[in-house]
Amino acid sequence: MKYIKFFLVGILFGIVMSKAEIISWFRIYEMFKFQSFHMYGIIGSAVLLGMVSMFFFKRKMVKTFEGEDIHVAPKKKGLYRNLLGGILFGLGWALAGACPGPMFVLVGKGVISILVVIFGATFGAFLYGLFKSRIPH
Amino acid sequence: MEFITQPWAWYVAGPIIAFIMFLLFYFGERFGMSSNLETFCAIGGAGRFVDYFKIDWKQNTWNLIFVAGAITGGFIASYWLSPSDVVAINPQTVQDLADIGITNAGLTYLPDEIFSVDTMLSVKGFSILLIAGIMVGFGARWAGGCTSGHAIVGLSNLEIPSLISVIGFFIGGMIMTWFILPLIF
Repeated sequence: MKYIKFFLVGILFGIVMSKAEIISWFRIYEMFKFQSFHMYGIIGSAVLLGMVSMFFFKRKMVKTFEGEDIHVAPKKKGLYRNLLGGILFGLGWALAGACPGPMFVLVGKGVISILVVIFGATFGAFLYGLFKSRIPH
Repeated sequence: MEFITQPWAWYVAGPIIAFIMFLLFYFGERFGMSSNLETFCAIGGAGRFVDYFKIDWKQNTWNLIFVAGAITGGFIASYWLSPSDVVAINPQTVQDLADIGITNAGLTYLPDEIFSVDTMLSVKGFSILLIAGIMVGFGARWAGGCTSGHAIVGLSNLEIPSLISVIGFFIGGMIMTWFILPLIF
C-alpha cells in the first residue's frame, strides 16, 4: 500500500491543474500571446517556492520520510538536446494546448480526443528512442 | 465551498504545484510527467525493437499511480468542483482567436475546432491531434523533460540545461501560436 500516497498527490495535481485552468487550451494560447499573467504567475510562484525547497534539501534540513538525504540529480547537458528538443516540445505544447501532465487530467475530464494526443506522445517517445543515436545532442 | 468551486488564482495554484514537487521529493521520487511516456513504451514491448526501452519500468510504478491519481483528480474537479466551464481569458485573446477561425474562445476549456469528436473523426483533425502529440513526446524525451521536470524542478534547482529547454519551449510555442496556428484553421 506504499503507492496510495502517490495516488493522493496525483489527485491533488489533477484538481489543481483543472481548477486553475492549466488544462485549458485557451490558457496556453493566451500565455504564448503574452496576454495574461495567469500562467506566468503559476510557474513563477511554483519555481520561487521550489527554490526554497531545494535550499532545505541541499542543507539536509529536510530528508525523505525514510530519513534519506534528498539528492536532486542534474539534468543532462547538451545544447542541441535541450534547445532543439525544447523547441519541438514547444511546438506541440502550443498546438495541443497541453503538456504531458494536463493530457492525463483531460482524460479524467472526459475529453475523448485527448487520447489521440496521448497516443501520439507515446509514439513520439518511441520514435525518439528509435532515432536517438542519429540526432544531435 | 465557493472558494473551491470558483476558478483558482495563480497564487493558489503555483504554491500547490510547488508543494506537490516537495511531497514527491519527500517520498523519495522526482516530479516528471513525460518519463511516463517511456514507461508506456517499455510496457508495450518497445524494448524488443529498441534497446533504449529495455528498462526496469517497475521502478516507475509510483509515477503510473500518480497518473492514475491525476486522471481521478481531473474527474473530481470537472464533475463535482466546477459548476462552470467558462475560462475568463483576455477579451483580446478571444478576438485574436476569432480572427484565425477559432470561435467561442473561453466558453469551454477546449476549442471544438481541435477537440470535438467530429473534428477528431476527420482526417485533418485526427492528424493535428496526432502530430501535436508526437511533437510533445519526441521533444520532451529529446530535451530530457517537460514542463514539470524542466520548468518546475529544473529551474527551481537553477539548472542551465533546464533554462535552455524552457527557452526552447517558448521559441517553439511562439512559432506555433504566432505563425503556424493562423495557417491551420
